[in-house]
Amino acid sequence: MALLTCQNISLAYERHTVLSELSFQVHAGNYLCIIGENGSGKSSLIKAILGLIPTVNGTISLGEELSKHEIAYLPQQNAAQKDFPASVYEVVLSGRLSSKRFFSFYSRKDKQEAEANMERLGVLSLKDKSFRELSGGQQQRVLLARAFSTDMKLLIVDEPTVGLDAYATAELYRMIAEINASGVAVIMVTHDVEAAKKYATHILYLQNKPLFFGSKKDYFSGNHGESEENRDNA
Amino acid sequence: MLDYLKILFSGNILWYALIVGCLLSMTAALLGVTLVLKKYAMIGDGLSHVSFAALSVAVATGQSPMAFSLPVVALTAFLLLRLSEGSKIKGDAAVAVVSAAALAIGAIAARGSNIDIESYMFGSIVAVNLSDVILTALLATAVIAIYVLFYNRIFAITFDETYVKAGGGHTWLYNAIMALLTALAVVVGLRLVGALLISALIIFPALTAMRLFKSFRKVVIAAAVIGVVSFLTALFVSVLLDAPTGACVVLFDLVIFGMASLIHWRKTA
Repeated sequence: MALLTCQNISLAYERHTVLSELSFQVHAGNYLCIIGENGSGKSSLIKAILGLIPTVNGTISLGEELSKHEIAYLPQQNAAQKDFPASVYEVVLSGRLSSKRFFSFYSRKDKQEAEANMERLGVLSLKDKSFRELSGGQQQRVLLARAFSTDMKLLIVDEPTVGLDAYATAELYRMIAEINASGVAVIMVTHDVEAAKKYATHILYLQNKPLFFGSKKDYFSGNHGESEENRDNA
Repeated sequence: MLDYLKILFSGNILWYALIVGCLLSMTAALLGVTLVLKKYAMIGDGLSHVSFAALSVAVATGQSPMAFSLPVVALTAFLLLRLSEGSKIKGDAAVAVVSAAALAIGAIAARGSNIDIESYMFGSIVAVNLSDVILTALLATAVIAIYVLFYNRIFAITFDETYVKAGGGHTWLYNAIMALLTALAVVVGLRLVGALLISALIIFPALTAMRLFKSFRKVVIAAAVIGVVSFLTALFVSVLLDAPTGACVVLFDLVIFGMASLIHWRKTA
């Protein structure tokens, strides 16, 4: 049984169709990289999966073993958060909220969990620091610690390394791979074909419609009808 | 001077002003933290103009001012918050359009009826009566209760609404509640400090607190304290100097904000 099933979906941005006739599935433990040029519909697809925009056609459904609050999200670094007064601890702890029903108090277990996740991602020493004063790489790690605190089964990642230096990028990829190895399915939008080659189990190649969906092995052995040149540009 | 103050506080009016002002300053400051952080700082300003228009129309057509303006302002607040999320008209432009239109409607409605425009624009501290005190107390209680009970959720939604939505959270419900409470604060505050100055009560304490503190919890608490302290100080100054209270509050807020900016600048420089 798949965690996530997209069946023949079409998406539009301001009434222009950006993506059509897309079907794919993500199973537990998969690491799906979504690649394609700018404007190919990658970000719209992520938004639709997260439930931020509606589908024009088709359905996106969650499997029985995945509920909505077990989906965690690692955003592109966005400007809105950059000037926000929040301590690292406050940010990581907020990941525990997804599973809470009505009132929103944290238990001792929530706090222990948050600390364990900060430790795991090497940001425990930054606990009382201000989120806005961290480097880009540190901020992404803190947001990953928040995702961990959500008890996620599916992690959705949107171009996580934009603005990071080579070292921070490598570290982030390594951590996401570790998360995947611990049993969490990952969907990552990326420009970085090398990273896809190294970490993905499956590839979805978009150009406003799906040009390829299948295992990494099939994609990189060239069984998807694409010329070598196109693939390198993707 | 003490004798003078004693005489002033022997009646009810200044006590009412004191209580209403403190509660309102605190409420506005709490709401202000989330509004400023979500880049909706101008909404308070836009709503105050809508509130002015609604009052003028209510008086001109012989309706109860409060009963008429509250739903109008609440609806506008909700629409402006919705507009700010991904529509073609940018939120700040929408607020500017609504502000200007409301001011025009208010000005036309006010002609012909004998509305004291100046008291709506700059507020009138002596116009506060017992029912204002009760209404403000209820509003303040509601805002504080919501901040205490849902503090963690308010933080999460303010910090990263997308994340909460992705996890299946009902962010629209919280936005609607925030819109309603902001509308209430604006309608009530209009009588005290006036349409032109109510947005200052919302924005200044949050901005000042953000200059001084780095965690959300400290910013929220500091904003509430700063709001109340600057109101109290300004009230006494305005009574002693016989100056308009609303204007004194804003100037005093500005001074504290300036000092906080200086501290922030010296720390980071």
